[in-house]
Amino acid sequence: MNAEAVERAVQRIAHEVLERARAQGSLEKLAFVGIRRGGVPLAERIRAEIGKVTGAPPPLGTLDIALYRDDLAQRGASPVVGPTDVRFPLEGRTIVLADDVLYTGRTIRAALDELVDFGRPRRVWLAVLVDRGGRELPISADFAGARLEVPEGDDVQVRWRENGAAEDSVVVREGRKP
Amino acid sequence: MSNPKDVVVIQGGRVIDPHGGVDGIRSVVLRDGKVAEVSERVEAPSGALVVDARGKWVTPGFVDLHVHLREPGQEYKESIATGTRAAVAGGFTSVCAMPNTVPANDNTSVTELMLARAASAGLARVYPVGAVTKGRKGEELAEYGELRAAGCVALSDDGSPVMSSGLMRRALEYSRAFGLPIAVHEEDLHLVGKGVMNEGATATRLGLKGVPAQAEDVMVLRDLSLLELTGGRLHLCHLSTAGSVRALREARRRGLPVTAEVTPHHLALTEEDVAASDYDPDFKMNPPLRTAEDAKALLEGLADGTIDAIATDHAPHSPEEKKLEFDAALNGVLGLETAFPVCLARVREGFLTEKRLVEALTVGPARCFGLPGGTLARGAPGDVAVLDPTASWVVDPMRGFSKSRNTPWKGRTLTGRCTHAFVGGRLVHETGDPR
Amino acid sequence: MIGRHRHLIGLEGLSREEILQVLDLATSMKEVLSRPVKKVPSLRGKNVVNLFFETSTRTRSSFEIAAKVLSADALNWTAAQSSTTKGETLLDTAKNLEAMRPDVLVVRHSASGAPNFLARHVGCSVVSAGDGAHEHPSQGLLDCFTLRERFGSLEGRTVAIVGDISHSRVARSDLHSLPKLGAKVRLCGPPTMIPLGVERLGATVHHDLRTAVEGVDAVVMLRIQHERIGDPLIPNTREYSKFWGLNAKKAAEWLEPGAVILHPGPINRGVELSSDVADGPRSVILDQVQNGVAVRMAILYLLAGGAGEDRPEKVSA
Repeated sequence: MNAEAVERAVQRIAHEVLERARAQGSLEKLAFVGIRRGGVPLAERIRAEIGKVTGAPPPLGTLDIALYRDDLAQRGASPVVGPTDVRFPLEGRTIVLADDVLYTGRTIRAALDELVDFGRPRRVWLAVLVDRGGRELPISADFAGARLEVPEGDDVQVRWRENGAAEDSVVVREGRKP
Repeated sequence: MSNPKDVVVIQGGRVIDPHGGVDGIRSVVLRDGKVAEVSERVEAPSGALVVDARGKWVTPGFVDLHVHLREPGQEYKESIATGTRAAVAGGFTSVCAMPNTVPANDNTSVTELMLARAASAGLARVYPVGAVTKGRKGEELAEYGELRAAGCVALSDDGSPVMSSGLMRRALEYSRAFGLPIAVHEEDLHLVGKGVMNEGATATRLGLKGVPAQAEDVMVLRDLSLLELTGGRLHLCHLSTAGSVRALREARRRGLPVTAEVTPHHLALTEEDVAASDYDPDFKMNPPLRTAEDAKALLEGLADGTIDAIATDHAPHSPEEKKLEFDAALNGVLGLETAFPVCLARVREGFLTEKRLVEALTVGPARCFGLPGGTLARGAPGDVAVLDPTASWVVDPMRGFSKSRNTPWKGRTLTGRCTHAFVGGRLVHETGDPR
Repeated sequence: MIGRHRHLIGLEGLSREEILQVLDLATSMKEVLSRPVKKVPSLRGKNVVNLFFETSTRTRSSFEIAAKVLSADALNWTAAQSSTTKGETLLDTAKNLEAMRPDVLVVRHSASGAPNFLARHVGCSVVSAGDGAHEHPSQGLLDCFTLRERFGSLEGRTVAIVGDISHSRVARSDLHSLPKLGAKVRLCGPPTMIPLGVERLGATVHHDLRTAVEGVDAVVMLRIQHERIGDPLIPNTREYSKFWGLNAKKAAEWLEPGAVILHPGPINRGVELSSDVADGPRSVILDQVQNGVAVRMAILYLLAGGAGEDRPEKVSA
């Protein structure tokens, strides 16, 4: 996906979130939480789009799930754990949890665990830029910018301008076959 | 006419006998337990034991003024049999056994027991050292006359200093009646406190309590000063500081009757080795390893004759006493089996001559306590060490002859090894001996 | 693993980068402590054993809380220390603990080098919680963390450490860390409490408190142990307090306005610090306590997390 395609995908997700929130009457209670680092730009952009419509962008938080991973024994400790920053009460909110790529579902599992430690949201929706299949847990995206079938072992990388890329893009790199 | 079976011919080695002024390729003949001949060419009688010493050194058997054989009382660490086995494996044919046994060697029955055990072991000659004070408690004089009569060759409270200056004065005075030297372990206990290594930047870094060099220096100065008052013979054990060497050099210049020894570990290791060992108690001993400057001063003192002798301070301890935190572990390291190669390395580094090394292991110490041996003069005891100065070996504490394993040289490669040792003309050690 | 280290026995061997790694992680850990649910599952199923041969309620509690916030199981093992058999007990204890398969062993001992000894004899990671007068690495790190939090960076800052440097493991750990982060260290105390050769660790030595604290950004006041009195390092606490203690008047006259006061605790109020200073606006002593938990979380996370996979063969010495 090139920058244009990424932009279109973000627009579409924002539109769908807005529609569904309106339909449920939860637009006032909407809040965004991006999973570091790839989910944060997605959350920021959807939130900005919604802000354009409603006039006031909903609250935004970030989660770093390093301390909630279930693969410590396999991977060892992460030498860097980024900031988790959720400053608004979650009670009664509709949270849009955002990540760049949905794959096995384990990151989302960890993020949900971490999120509920901050409070009890009314509901949580999951928005991802790319759903690449390959789920290992019963988790699915409520909003996806693109759905791709990528073989196991290949790597889907989302490069955001906010994280230092020259322009937005999604690339699939062939990895070692299992 | 002696039985050829009692004849040993050690052929073709480099004979180094500083006492006799010999250094050259010679053969040594031992007959009836004594040195019979040292000459360039000898015929070995048939039936004689012939040792091919080509490429090796042949020296008088080494004399160690300072070993802890732990018998009686602490046979779990060492016994006279195992200690003297370790001694001959290191080339030492005479050892002076310190009196910090349990009970202390402050009476004739202990002395006699030690001599009897040594005789039955039949390895190195054992010369007991009697205690300066009863029970080594620093309170009352021991019976020097009795101790000498039983076979003690010197007096020492080694392991402890004689802290009372008044008592030390009387000990020096009284010892004159029997001609026994007093071998002193110099440390001012008030300055030592709870110190466990040399005081200075390294101890500060390690957070270990320090023992200042002055703990030794002030006692050396005190006893040299007392010696001027009393006369007698003073022997300074295991010197460790540059200050002691300076004081000793000055005292000898003035002709005071003082002799001194230094250990191989104080010549070869420093406080930095303690740091590098990561708190390994096999680097903990008393006096502690000092600075590189101290080690250099000791080497200089040994080279110029200020210090008479190399003595091992062989101090076996069990793993239960050593496999501990540094603070809790006992002081002391093994020395008999590693002394020669450790000191030979100092020769290769240019600190000592070969002759001086052999002298400090043979006639030097023999003179300090007036012992027989330390020479290959005709008629001297047939005590000989045959040494391979080029043999390299890895120190494996599990394979040593001592009962204990507390050596700082574990795992290190040393060069130089005793291949044969004779005591009274009898072969008591040969490399390759099964343990 | 902290950088290339499987154990945390001291800060002497840690590089600037390794120290910063722990401090950065501690920043994230501190955020966890501010959450409504102060618990993350990262060390679920891991065992942390606190083996304390010296009583220390503070440090032990701090490690215990750190372990629990990370969902590790924390077991406290307070061992009695008899003077004759303590060494035997240490090796025996180590072997017993080994059988319990802890992931991290936190040890406090009165003998310098005891954690080094344990590290040689057990298979798990060893963290020193203070050994003799050697090091107290987690305290050194929390001092760095507290000062970095306050000043942003330690580059160009000056820290005075005042008290019994000879017996202080905190001073040594501070000395092995603060300069790596760019700070200068001054040491101050009576000459009897300044160990030989300490300048070689990279500090200047002062005996006069006023000159020692002049222009500094922070002062670490060390606890004066009552057993040192008549050791004989000082004649009494009254004289010590007069010349080396800090009270509000001295602080106001001698310290820069922005300078902060640290203390590893517990404070001897009225000896090294007066209450008005300990509880005053310059004091960051309570910050230190909170930061201590965050720093210890970072330490446990890095070591317990790293020990799972590539546990080297047991080293026996």
